[in-house]
Amino acid sequence: MELWFSEFHTPDVKHSIRVNRHLFSQKTDYQQIDIYDTPEFGKVMTLDGNVLLTERDEFIYDEMITHVPMAVHPNVQDVLVIGAGDGGVVRELARYDSIRSIDLVEMDSQVVEACRKYLPENACRLDDPRVHIYFDNAQRFIRRCTARYDLIIVDSTDPFGPLEGYFTREFYGICYNALREDGIMVNQQGSPFFRHDADAMQRCHKQIVRTFPISRVYQAHIPTYAAGYWLFGFASKKYHPIDNFNRDKWLALGLDTKYYTVRLHSGAFFLPAFLEKMLEEVEKL
Amino acid sequence: MKHEYRLDQNQAPIFEALETFRQMRVVPFDVPGHKRGRGNPELTQFLGEKCVSIDVNSMKPLDNLCHPISVIRQAEELAADAFGAAHAFLMVGGTTSAVQSMVLSTCKRGDKIILPRNVHRSVINALVLCGAIPVYVNPEVDHQLGISLGMKREMVAKAIRENPDAVAVLVNNPTYYGICSDLRAIVRMAHEAGMFCLADEAHGTHFYFGENMPVSAMEAGADMAAVSMHKSGGSLTQSSFLLTGPHISEGHVRKIINLTQTTSGSYLLMSSLDISRRNLALRGKEVFRQVSAMAQYAREEINAVGGYYAFGEELVNGDSIFAFDPTKLSVHTRDIGLAGIEVYDLLRDEYDIQIEFGDIGNILAYLSIGDRPQNLERLVSALAEIRRRHQKDSTGLMNQEYFDPQVVTSPQEAFYAGQRSVPLADSVGCVCSEFVMCYPPGIPILAPGERITPEILDYIRYAKAKGCSMTGPADPDIEHINILEQEGV
Repeated sequence: MELWFSEFHTPDVKHSIRVNRHLFSQKTDYQQIDIYDTPEFGKVMTLDGNVLLTERDEFIYDEMITHVPMAVHPNVQDVLVIGAGDGGVVRELARYDSIRSIDLVEMDSQVVEACRKYLPENACRLDDPRVHIYFDNAQRFIRRCTARYDLIIVDSTDPFGPLEGYFTREFYGICYNALREDGIMVNQQGSPFFRHDADAMQRCHKQIVRTFPISRVYQAHIPTYAAGYWLFGFASKKYHPIDNFNRDKWLALGLDTKYYTVRLHSGAFFLPAFLEKMLEEVEKL
Repeated sequence: MKHEYRLDQNQAPIFEALETFRQMRVVPFDVPGHKRGRGNPELTQFLGEKCVSIDVNSMKPLDNLCHPISVIRQAEELAADAFGAAHAFLMVGGTTSAVQSMVLSTCKRGDKIILPRNVHRSVINALVLCGAIPVYVNPEVDHQLGISLGMKREMVAKAIRENPDAVAVLVNNPTYYGICSDLRAIVRMAHEAGMFCLADEAHGTHFYFGENMPVSAMEAGADMAAVSMHKSGGSLTQSSFLLTGPHISEGHVRKIINLTQTTSGSYLLMSSLDISRRNLALRGKEVFRQVSAMAQYAREEINAVGGYYAFGEELVNGDSIFAFDPTKLSVHTRDIGLAGIEVYDLLRDEYDIQIEFGDIGNILAYLSIGDRPQNLERLVSALAEIRRRHQKDSTGLMNQEYFDPQVVTSPQEAFYAGQRSVPLADSVGCVCSEFVMCYPPGIPILAPGERITPEILDYIRYAKAKGCSMTGPADPDIEHINILEQEGV
């Protein structure tokens, strides 16, 4: 018997992973959660049939969305993480002793429960005393916050599912309002490669540019995401991701990483020509 | 608890007949000429084969809307049963056609009809058609919110007393903002005076199915009601029901409907009424419980933002606000220094959110069967952002006013009389021969046959300046207005 998990990256492109065993399957109020054991990627978690993370390549995403802003902002004390119920981002953040509090707002409590059970490598720091988990709608949570956070990490799923609202101007606006005067927001910004994804990425960038004075995009290679090519948005009220990058301070922390390096930090912001053009198109609007 | 159904509401005879018809693969040598879409591939590509294949003509197995004897008749009986009416007519010309049929069935030339001024334009258009004379009841105005309310019982009683020869009383159940008059009392007063009671329920379909809703026209004993199934009922745009009570002759109403209704009733519209009626009868209670809960949640969240006032049942005062529709989400915006129409424009232009309408002091977001909680979060967040980014001092913002209309001639006489166009500024004191209104909500500021006053002109200028979409006059820019050449013609 051959058992495969397949995800359509476009109606005409399919990415398949051989499956040893289907470990977990549950329909919640919000989505369908599945966890598979696979020979190549280890455990794979999917939401509504889309890969959220795999044991094999989650470090790329979680390191890049966390260490880039942490190496720029000189004094991150209070962090808000949106989504990210798997715990990978929290695990990376928890390595910084300087952080005072990490608020995690996840809509679906069953994502957290499933990860605690099946993906302990990700969920390992969710019990850190600095971490507070709120099972709530993020928009509702953020609307009640003004100048409360130094860093907001928006770790959402794709812009076509239940979290479509996290890619809108009003969402970035309430995040702006919830940040202190030198705050930074980092978001996963999708993929620029397939047309459908690229359009959503452009719309998202357009809204961030209209909301924050500084908005740059950086990239990483993530094998199990569409086209294996992923973008992050760096939006900031004050700090520039390269000009204000404090290389030596970050190195002095002595953190061991598998993907992020201080050389890669700047390099990730240098984008291919087609992508520069796509971003400039919406920046001018 | 709503009434028990007599018939099996699982049936949908028009839908079932169309399904059977499709399987029979009948060869069409009749209209429509697109012949199940084959003659118009671009249209078929756009609308889908399933859709165009049931765009068919009246024929024996599918009945005929002008004179229904089989499946359309059954669909009407099922609808009447679902709505608790003596009879229900399937309407394919919008609720406008249902409203016109109510008025034309009960009023003729020279008859008086008592009605609140905040009626939809379709009511006054019906008066133009039949020559009836409006007797307007001043709806209360909430001066804080700047909205017209329902009719007070005493005001209706007074109008009836002063116009004992009137033939009907028309009531909005509810208004666009979700406000209801004391319908049971008004029905009683009208009947005691020998008048019909008609209800415009363009925004009241869900009253027949939801729990904790204001009373529906049929339950209150009204004689006729025009129900927009395509609004809260979920059917296709332009489909509607006309309901009648036990004292109305079905044959007479059918004759009136057939004066203006198409003889090629659309089966897309009729099947959508049939399927939507079934859905409401079977699941309406749960559906509208959810819609009410969403509206209540949104009101609480919007009020938590500050500055806005999303109003609800707390307004109920036992008379001019006898009841409030819990599914309505209306928000007063004046206190953040923005006119409703400005918030409406910002929501669309900056946040990609389209709401139903914005007027001078309020916005209205239409919630229904099809809404998702995450979209409500977007709306609330966008309102919070508009407040943060655009809030202004609210002094100098005008409030919506009620202008007691001075009816000089009947709408029909004014409509057909000799008229000329004058600049707006020169029209004070003249009699208007056309409508002026903001659309939506489509409630006239001026109707044919009414005197133009300086206050009305100020209001028109202000509404235009704030970006309200003004309609009615022949001059699209509303710089000129048509007036009667001679008064009292």
